Amino acid sequence: MEEQTKTLQEVESDVADEFSMFDEWLDKYEYLIELGKSLTDYPEADKTDDRLIKGCQSRVWLDYKIEDGRIWFNADSDAIITKGIISLLIRIYSGRTPEEIMSSDFSIVDRIGLKENLSPTRANGLVSMIARIREIAAENNRQ
Amino acid sequence: MSAVDEIRSAFPSLSRKVYGKDLVYFDNAATVQRPQSVIDCWNRIVRDSNANIHRAVHLLAEEATDAYESARDAVQHFINASSREEIIFTSGATASINLAAFSFGEAFVGEGDEVIVSEAEHHSDIVPWQMMCQRRGASLKVLPVDDTGHLRMDMLDSLITSRTRIVAVTHISNVLGLVNPVRKIVETCHSKGVPVLVDGAQGIVHQCVDVQDLDCDFYVFSGHKVFAAPGTGVLYGKKKWLERMPPFMTGGEMVGTVKFSGTTFAPLPMKFEAGTQNFAGAATLKPAIDTALAFRSAGLRENEESVKAYILDKLLNDNRIHLYGKPNALEEKIPLFSFSVEGAHHEDLALIMDKMGIALRSGQMCAEPLMDRFGVTGMLRASLVAYNTMQEAEYFISSLDKAIKMLV
Repeated sequence: MEEQTKTLQEVESDVADEFSMFDEWLDKYEYLIELGKSLTDYPEADKTDDRLIKGCQSRVWLDYKIEDGRIWFNADSDAIITKGIISLLIRIYSGRTPEEIMSSDFSIVDRIGLKENLSPTRANGLVSMIARIREIAAENNRQ
Repeated sequence: MSAVDEIRSAFPSLSRKVYGKDLVYFDNAATVQRPQSVIDCWNRIVRDSNANIHRAVHLLAEEATDAYESARDAVQHFINASSREEIIFTSGATASINLAAFSFGEAFVGEGDEVIVSEAEHHSDIVPWQMMCQRRGASLKVLPVDDTGHLRMDMLDSLITSRTRIVAVTHISNVLGLVNPVRKIVETCHSKGVPVLVDGAQGIVHQCVDVQDLDCDFYVFSGHKVFAAPGTGVLYGKKKWLERMPPFMTGGEMVGTVKFSGTTFAPLPMKFEAGTQNFAGAATLKPAIDTALAFRSAGLRENEESVKAYILDKLLNDNRIHLYGKPNALEEKIPLFSFSVEGAHHEDLALIMDKMGIALRSGQMCAEPLMDRFGVTGMLRASLVAYNTMQEAEYFISSLDKAIKMLV
């Protein structure tokens, strides 16, 4: 768990910059695969149905906890490219307050071309993942 | 020009590029590409002969009706049905099975009766029967497959009881790609007085189907898998069944007379074709069948066989790959290969190979019970037809190797 020192929008820009270095889609996948492989600390016991996100061809589990008013996400998937995308989302949105998360327009997904270049079913999974992150932020903003 | 190059030139989409690379289309079992003749036929009807069929007396209506009804004749001859009245047009194989299951169930299935399907069925040949059984108080029984993907033929006999009303089985599974012994199944079932519906969604593409020779009671297929427009399909049924089955949907020109006191219905086949039909789509079945027949030429057959043998050999002899649907002999396998790779998710492989220009299918392939049977959440599938080349097959095998190395 790392304290976020940059604003959410700054991290979004960092991610967009990193992706713009790759011209080829296969290179972007290589990068996502590396990110996916480095995401390892999701407990097997937490791969439960209530943490499973619907709408993905691959299975995605998303868990979170709240500490000091910040939401810390943890997630896993059985597909490695999806895991890479999850790790990007965690880097941007984990450790933020609900207000910060809700201030994001989530256009980062479009900016790095993930939505249009992933298969429609994958895009649905991505959309479901983001919808769940927003939902969690909204639920905890009210409390 | 080789036979393959020649046939490829009839399919405009095969020359397109994806991500700057030549398209390698290996998702033919989901839907095949369409030849120019089918595109032209659809355009011609929509542009020149757009009128509702079977109703008006003007010229456009006559042209549209002719195109629609001559497609019915073409289908009749293509599958060697004994009468054109046994050919019902639907929106696809799924609609055909829904129609058959509903109407057959209404007429012939009651409390305590049984229906048998195989474990290798597509959801479209499971759920309609399941729903019908629920409505009629009947139960659904399952003919399993063995570890190689073959139907457990030894169990068929004992599964059939005096309460079995119908057996539904696929000609060729869309996952396993093995040609099932449907003729033998029909024989066994008929010896006990049980009719058989054959799901021919894949079979119609890769086999010469003769419904009189098979002696099946129903045979269904989709147009879009055999070169015709999407939203078209066929239900073949023996007249002796269709005549005794009530309509599935009602309305439009499928009636005899309509009074508030009651309605009589039109004779076959219109009894089962309620509402305005997809006449522009159905008409394309005629040029589509011409294409399907052209695919049976010796040159294309030879190409398909050698490409199939090459891929089968490569997949079987790669210890990273687990192939589902292992044939005992080459002729019982169609060029359809579902497999999984140790340590690599099917979706990751499909995504990477898409960017290499190769269109594959990944996931459950509408056959969740079969995925459960083999203990997987999904598979990767490459499905070819005779317009696919050896060069594409070689590129597929080397790209698969590259993709696996990226992931494992």
